[in-house]
Order: sequence, then structure tokens, then C-alpha cells
Amino acid sequence: MRHIISILLENEAGALSRVAGLFSARGYNIETLTVAPTEDNSLSRLTIVTSGSDEVIEQITKQLNKLIDVIKVVDLSEAAHIERELMLIKVRATGKDREEMKRMAEIFRGRIIDVTDSTYVIELTGSGPKLDAFIQAIDAGLILETVRTGVSGIGSGDRILKV
Amino acid sequence: MISGAEIVIRCLQEEKVDYVFGYPGGAVLHIYDELFKQDKVKHVLVRHEQAAVHAADGLARSTHKVGVALVTSGPGATNAVTGIATAYMDSIPMVIISGQVPSYYIGQDAFQECDTVGITRPCVKHNFLIKDVRDIAMTMKKAFFIANTGRPGPVVVDIPKDITAAKCKFDYPKDVQMRSYNPVVKGHLGQIKKAVQLLLGARRPMIYTGGGVILSNAAELLTTLTRRLGFPITNTLMGLGAYPATDPQFLGMPGMHGTLEANMAMQHCDVLLAIGARFDDRVIGNPENFASLPRKIIHVDIDPSSISKRVRVDVPIVGNVPDVLAEMIKLIEAEQGKIEIGDWWKEIEGWRSKRCMRYKPKKDIIMPQYVIEKLYEITGGNAIITSDVGQHQMWAAQYYKFDQPRRWLNSGGLGTMGVGLPYAMGAALANPDLQVACVTGEGSIQMCIQELSTAKQFRLPIKIINLNNRYLGMVRQWQEMFHGSRYAESYMDSLPDFVKLAEAYGHVGIRVERPEEVEGALKKAFIEHKDDLVFLDILTDREANVFPMVAAGKGLSDMILAEDL
Repeated sequence: MRHIISILLENEAGALSRVAGLFSARGYNIETLTVAPTEDNSLSRLTIVTSGSDEVIEQITKQLNKLIDVIKVVDLSEAAHIERELMLIKVRATGKDREEMKRMAEIFRGRIIDVTDSTYVIELTGSGPKLDAFIQAIDAGLILETVRTGVSGIGSGDRILKV
Repeated sequence: MISGAEIVIRCLQEEKVDYVFGYPGGAVLHIYDELFKQDKVKHVLVRHEQAAVHAADGLARSTHKVGVALVTSGPGATNAVTGIATAYMDSIPMVIISGQVPSYYIGQDAFQECDTVGITRPCVKHNFLIKDVRDIAMTMKKAFFIANTGRPGPVVVDIPKDITAAKCKFDYPKDVQMRSYNPVVKGHLGQIKKAVQLLLGARRPMIYTGGGVILSNAAELLTTLTRRLGFPITNTLMGLGAYPATDPQFLGMPGMHGTLEANMAMQHCDVLLAIGARFDDRVIGNPENFASLPRKIIHVDIDPSSISKRVRVDVPIVGNVPDVLAEMIKLIEAEQGKIEIGDWWKEIEGWRSKRCMRYKPKKDIIMPQYVIEKLYEITGGNAIITSDVGQHQMWAAQYYKFDQPRRWLNSGGLGTMGVGLPYAMGAALANPDLQVACVTGEGSIQMCIQELSTAKQFRLPIKIINLNNRYLGMVRQWQEMFHGSRYAESYMDSLPDFVKLAEAYGHVGIRVERPEEVEGALKKAFIEHKDDLVFLDILTDREANVFPMVAAGKGLSDMILAEDL
């Protein structure tokens, strides 16, 4: 099962590699990983998308909690939450594809943010699966480059992850 | 204003560190200079950094103190890695200080530069790279705090050379608060009550304890609880000595080379109380087989990640072992009813009557088990026994009956050959009133043999019991049993003359070749040469095997006994 794990950790040199190293050392997989400081500069917020059985996810959260730099861990997918990912995708846009690409971007509520004679760069925000769906929906031969930030997540309503 | 190097030493003094095991080098010269100027912290010069860490580890295991090692940058740090990983696997509290190239050289492939923090990251509880002299005191405080609280473990503090030369005011923090590290202490009372109810209702109970009981100094409480309940108990390889091995409630060690009665009781109990143990593969064998038998499991451990890692647990109790045990004892003492488990004991006595540890003596050949039995007799069962890794380790664990904690030091988790002699050094320094023997083999002892020189320098009267079978015995045993007796590279050719080798280092060496010589040689070593390091090179049966045995991947009931062969 796919899980979104959110971690609050000390914003210190090496803290990220402790988290990443834990996943590789224990054979857990990372689908995406995003990290940036929070409103408090001494804290980083990290979101990891991973998958595994309930036992594996339980071990992942326990092992993460064991890391000295980790302050809090929450499995966002256990309850109501919001996830967003940003994608920049460069596509070939010539001839009839030019109009088609524009239409697809509109359907998915993307924005074209860079235009040349032959290419568009489309900016798209949404859940991971929504971005996957966009990639599926357009002609694979027209994709020139894809950049995804990885998923960021936050709990709904009163679910707050704070020190 | 004092230098960073002096601050490091002052921190060690504040932490009441008696011994630092180390090896000097360029990046730690300032620190060594400050060591030289004082005499509170004594330095033990080893002959290889691996041994520095092992010796500090041995000191920690035999006492309740944090072991401290000091190594230089680059190769000093990489040589220390095996020692650090060994301590990490067995949760030993240690602080390892490593020198680093000057901070302005980091990342430039400077002479003797390596990414110590990166290399050690997966095998430490935590590590630090200090970048400002003003951070040294707080970092050292944190290092000792982290190493010795919660589930203990090694902490590496990497200090660039320029930081040890820089100056600032020294003020050692009294305590330390970390928002990201708050080890749990008390167990959940509701869970403890649930556990006690299960225990009191058990018909076939079993207590299984590991290194956590030793590390948390809970042996006495464990003994009180076990005697009060009248339950059978087993201690793992890391937990030996937590409950007196000579007591009839003790069933011996469990696991791959455990006793029949311990393993069968582990399998067929209805309530299993696991304390400070982690159900590892050498103890429970195949987890699926283990889980296939119905029993309720209570697991007490300070580390939540140890719980339900390999085996599903019914009543998890996260907490400090002594606190949980004290709470359990209180609750049990309030109960009046008697627990009737006579039938269960009858069943256990049936397994015990097989006397699975019997071995056939030979007239002209020394059996290794016999050496350990004699060692037990002559030391009165009171010595600190260190071991290396292999057959001799198992025989020592099986035949030396440990009645007290912290008397049995070995590398259980990582299984590091070469720890025996350095462990004995650390133990001998920290326990000058106790006899210290290192049970080893001709393979393992050669992995840290250079420490005979350190032992001479510090006049450590260690007795080395070298069970010399001219084979890498455990490898040979597996090859015999599982690889058609093809002894690939398990034969030790061109062995040194260990007697002469011991003498060359300035020690006493004695060769023992016949069974009737064993007792006399041990007496000579422990009585006549009480104050000397004595190397007993004992030529033992070449093809003796360790039994009982559960093959890797099999269930615990699937035991091979010596008599089956």
C-alpha cells in the first residue's frame, strides 16, 4: 500500500542523509522525497512516499522515530490529508499537436509557462496520481523532459504536525 | 579561554572517564598534547585502532560506564569502524572521538581525510561533526547522554584539527535537553497489568531475556521476579548471567546452539515473557515456524522498533526494563493465589533428562568442552570470560555457568572475530580484582594478536585459553554438515608457535596437548602466574562439533543432538 509519511526533523547538516540512509540500509523503498525548512528555520519538513505492508510501514515509522534528528513522524495516509506535487513538463508543440497540448493542459488545469516555436513547458500541480494521469494522457513521443518535485502532504483540519 | 583540545579532555574528566583507548596521529595531536598535561584521564595505547574501540567496548560491557576511544582521521577512523559496528549491534554505550582534517580542508581530499560521519552513520546511534570550538562542550555532553540513555549505543564525535586549536571559554553543561530525543522510561501501567494477568493465568509459562537486562542492570530484579513466579527461564547469548545459570529454574541458553529444554520450552509455552531481547535469527530460528505455534507473547523493551519486528507480540511494553520489572513484582506480590505449573515442569524435566550437552570424552585428545568445564572449576565460576567468535564462543557460553551479569563479554550481534583479547584488556583494566580469561581459537586470536604488546605494556594478567583445533572450526562444522565436507579455506595452515609468540611479546606461553595436563596448566596460569599474561595453547579435538544445533532457517524444535549422529 502507498503511504505518505511526514517527518519533522532538525534542520542540520546530514539529517536528510540519515533518513535516506535508513531507507536504503533497511531495504525500504522511497518513491518520492521532498524536504525544505519550515517557518521555523531550525526545523525541516520532509515528506516521503513509500509503499509496503502494514508491518513494514510500522517498522519504518519506528525506525524513523529512533533517529536522533527526527522530532516527529506521522503517517498522513492514515487519515484525511491533502497531497500536492508540482510537475514541469516540456513537450513538443508543433502543427496540430500545438493546439492539442494546450487543450490537454487546460483539461488538467495546468499552465503553459514557457513557449517557443516548437515547445511548451507546462506547469501542473496535483496529487501524484493526477500527474501520472496527465503523462498517460498525452502522446509519450511528444514528451521532451519531465521534472517532478515529489509529493508534499499536510493533514486535514485539526491534524497538525508541530513541535 | 582554553583550547578545543583542552575542552575535550575537560569534558572527559567531567564525565568521570578513567580510561581512553586510542592511537595518536596528525589530526589529534592537540588532543594528545592535552592528555599529556594531565593525569586524571589515563590513556591506553593500543596497537591498532580496531582494538581501541573493542577495548573501550569491553570496559563498557564489564562495568556500567561509557567506553571511550580516541583515533585520528582517515585510516584511524576507518580502522575503528569494525569496533563501532560491533558495539552498535550489541547496544554498547560508547563515545568515539575521531580527529578530522582542518575544517577548511574538508572536501579537498586532504591527507588522511575521510568522511567519518558518512562512513559511520549506519553503525552509530548518532554522530557529530563539530564545526565551532564553542560547540565542543555541548556536543560532548550530548554524546555521553545519547550513548548511555534509552537503548544505548556508540556515538562518534568528529573534530577537525583547527577546532581543537581554537580557543573559547569552557563551561560544561549540567544537563541536556533535546526536543528530538526523549527516551521512554516508565512502561505503560495498563500494559504491565495486562501482562501480569497473562502471567498469573499461564499454565506453561516461559521467561526469555536478552542483553537488555544486562545493559540496564536489571539482573537482580529479574531474579526476584523469576523466583517469585517459579517459572522456567532462558538467557540468550547476550543475556547470560542475568539469571544464575546454576539455579534449577534456568534452562540454559536458547537458539541455534541452545539446550533442548530451553528451545522446546520456547516453542511449547503458552505465555512467553520476553525482556530486553529481540527474537533474532540465531535465537528463534525461522520466524514463520516460531509464529506457527500458539502462544501469547509479552515483550518488554526500551526500543519500540524491537517490538513486533520479527515476531508479532500480543502485549508490547515499551519501557526501561528495571522500571517495568519493579512494577511487575509489585503487582505480583499483591496477588495471593499460587500458580500451578507442576505439569509443565514435568514436561521440561523430560526434555532436560536427555542431557543434551553431554559429550564423549576421548582418552588421548582434549575435548574443548572439557577445557571450559575445568576453567569454570578453577576460576570458581567468578571470572570475567571474554570470547571471540566461533565454536569456542559457543562452548564457553554453554559450559561456563555464569551466575552474575557482566561476566560474559562477546560479540553476539555482529559476530566479530578478534574482539576477545581487546575485550579482556578493557575488562582487566576496569576490574583489577577479577580474574579475566579470553576463550579464543587459533583463527580469532590472530585477528587482534598485536594487542599482546599492549597487554604487556599495561601489565594485564589476562589468561588466553586458545582452543586450537587447527581449523576455522565453525566454518568447518558448517562445511561438514551442509557442504559435503569440502573444507574450503577453513584449514589454518602455517600457524605460528603460539608459545614462542607469547614469549616474544614478553608473556608466559604454555602448550597443552593431553587431557590430563589441562587442569595443571590452568592452575599454573591462574595461581602460579596470577599476575602474568599466560597464553595457553591447547590442542583440542580437531573435528569436535558444537551441539545441540538448529540449522539456519529451521524451526527451534528441529534440533540436531550429538547423540543423533
